[in-house]
Amino acid sequence: MVEPASASREPQEFEGVLAQSAGGVASFESHEKTFFLRIQHFLHSSPAAVPLIILVLSVIAFGLLVGGSFFSAFSLTLILQQVAITGIVAAAQTLIILTAGIDLSVGAIMVLTSVVMGQFTFRYGLPAPLAILSGFAVGALCGWINGMLVAHVRLPPFIVTLGTWQIFLATNFLYSANETIRAQDIETNAPILQFFGNSFRVGGAVFTYAVILLVLLVFLIWYVLNHTAWGRHVYAVGDDPVAAELSGVRVKRTLVSVYVVAGLICALAGWALIGRIGSVSPTAGQFSNIESITAVVIGGASLFGGRGSILGTLFGALIVGVFSLGLRLWGTDPQWTYLMIGLLIIVAVAIDQWIRKISA
Amino acid sequence: MKKSVTYSLFGALALGAAFAAPANAADVSACLITKTDTNPFFVKMKEGATAKAEELGVALKTYAGKIDGDNESQVAAIESCIADGAKGILITASNTKAIVPVVQKARDAGILVIALDTPLEPTDAADATFATDNFKAGELIGQWAAKTLGDAAADAHIAYLDLTPSQPSVDVLRDQGFMQGFGIELGDPNRIGDETDPRNVCHDITNGNEEGGRTAMENCLQKDSAINVVYTINEPAAAGAYQALKSVGREQDVLIVSVDGGCPGVKNVAEGVIGATSQQYPLLMASLGIEAIKKFADTGEKPEPTEGKDFFDTGVTLVTDKPVDGVPSIGTEEGMEKCWG
Repeated sequence: MVEPASASREPQEFEGVLAQSAGGVASFESHEKTFFLRIQHFLHSSPAAVPLIILVLSVIAFGLLVGGSFFSAFSLTLILQQVAITGIVAAAQTLIILTAGIDLSVGAIMVLTSVVMGQFTFRYGLPAPLAILSGFAVGALCGWINGMLVAHVRLPPFIVTLGTWQIFLATNFLYSANETIRAQDIETNAPILQFFGNSFRVGGAVFTYAVILLVLLVFLIWYVLNHTAWGRHVYAVGDDPVAAELSGVRVKRTLVSVYVVAGLICALAGWALIGRIGSVSPTAGQFSNIESITAVVIGGASLFGGRGSILGTLFGALIVGVFSLGLRLWGTDPQWTYLMIGLLIIVAVAIDQWIRKISA
Repeated sequence: MKKSVTYSLFGALALGAAFAAPANAADVSACLITKTDTNPFFVKMKEGATAKAEELGVALKTYAGKIDGDNESQVAAIESCIADGAKGILITASNTKAIVPVVQKARDAGILVIALDTPLEPTDAADATFATDNFKAGELIGQWAAKTLGDAAADAHIAYLDLTPSQPSVDVLRDQGFMQGFGIELGDPNRIGDETDPRNVCHDITNGNEEGGRTAMENCLQKDSAINVVYTINEPAAAGAYQALKSVGREQDVLIVSVDGGCPGVKNVAEGVIGATSQQYPLLMASLGIEAIKKFADTGEKPEPTEGKDFFDTGVTLVTDKPVDGVPSIGTEEGMEKCWG
């Protein structure tokens, strides 16, 4: 037996233990321990993966169960049309949830802005584009009110939006006197209000402009969240506001801006809503807040903030759409749809908790 | 001419107010409790009740739930009315079974309780019910659709756009009434969807609004693209269904029928969006209700139901511009004069 390195001298007695210790330089812990840990790590680094897998599996499952009437270009794009409004609202909800907030007033803002767009055109005779801008202004104002109460008055977002939800909805009903503006009147006098209801065909697939809007919006937000300072600040504020503040992020300003942007997106949804239902109806969108939260949660975002992806939200909304249409075509009682969606929510949150253990 | 009408109206109002003021002191008070105060149907009901109450010198208080299905607010409203010493309560119950115990409490306190529009379960839990015959409303549009199709009715493809999964009584009555009128054999008349007739190709739910109507219609077309008759629970759902049909270019060759008779709905009938609708009369329900309370307060006499029915029928009329033989109807011009909302 030859002693290679220490030819000059014998190792001293206390150095003997070194022979069994690690010889490497400082390195990161590898995650190649077990199969499950590897999955956990993969899911942690790509939060949109779970909903994407569920989405693909559910499309395949319903394709096998229901057959051609489900698995066709027409009905798959129909799902896109049916989730477009919820998806746009859910995009706004995602931004809020990333900051560890929640917005119960999104649906109310959407309906209020659509009513403003309609009534400003028909009651006051404003040119339709101007009325649409007014709608956006109202949306931004609603968001700003939420944001100021959350960031500066320091009320919990749940409580703030629980209150403003009622306020915006009541304003909507009082202002509109619950009058519906009919599709035919809008068509002849202000067709631009129905802009997002226009559609084009590619083979059997039908795309409304609202669907295109949803996809573009999601990619825009994805870019902004991942590649701009503001986007990274949103994540930072949601993950740990104190640390963010210490790192020089203006937490309050970021929070207010997130709520204003969410308000603007809701106004966009309000405009798209007119296209979808043709008319301006103050009773529309009653469940948008719950539906949007459902999409975000199934999409894998954490309600504790700082983790989640806008792509996940898009997949989450689509999963709900696939289950709704699939189960209807399969011919079940509509209650089964709610039951399945309820299960999905629980599963999604359970998976989120499990993934979060990796950082603990 | 128009001016003189306006003047005489003002005169009548002024007179009414003059007489009403001292009459209020006679302290017959009544409550109107509606499901919500946002639906135009209930708005009209409130208008009718308020006008009649002023005319008869009844002090009227109105309450409403926050949303359709909100039972707690209605229970609280009835309790307030009992505490207030009201003589009568008019109520459109959000939860027809759950409201019964507190209604009984009110009746025990000597208050006349009249169910408007929606019968309680059981119906005799209220002293009287003033309502639309919803089964008849469905039957009328069913008969009209069958007669309009003629021989083609034998192989019609019918979609049903219903209200909610829980199948409340109004939902069931209109849906089953339509089938009866169209000539489809019913299964259990208290249940939607247990029929075996192959002409029924799709049942879906709409929550009674445009959004739900559109989605439900899209789903049904996916199930069977040959649908040519669409029954809808109400006119907003019908308007949504029309949008869905239009997006696939089918709006011309599908017959849509509905129930309600709201002003936007009747306009849609006039423009051919909806083929025919059964019009109901919320204003009449409410004003008759106030009259009944006044009469009860003065004489102790309770209102009697229409013969052969367990409720007082406030009437329903078919509104269409394409009348058919054997089904009485009025045109949209007359329908517009009587519409609500």
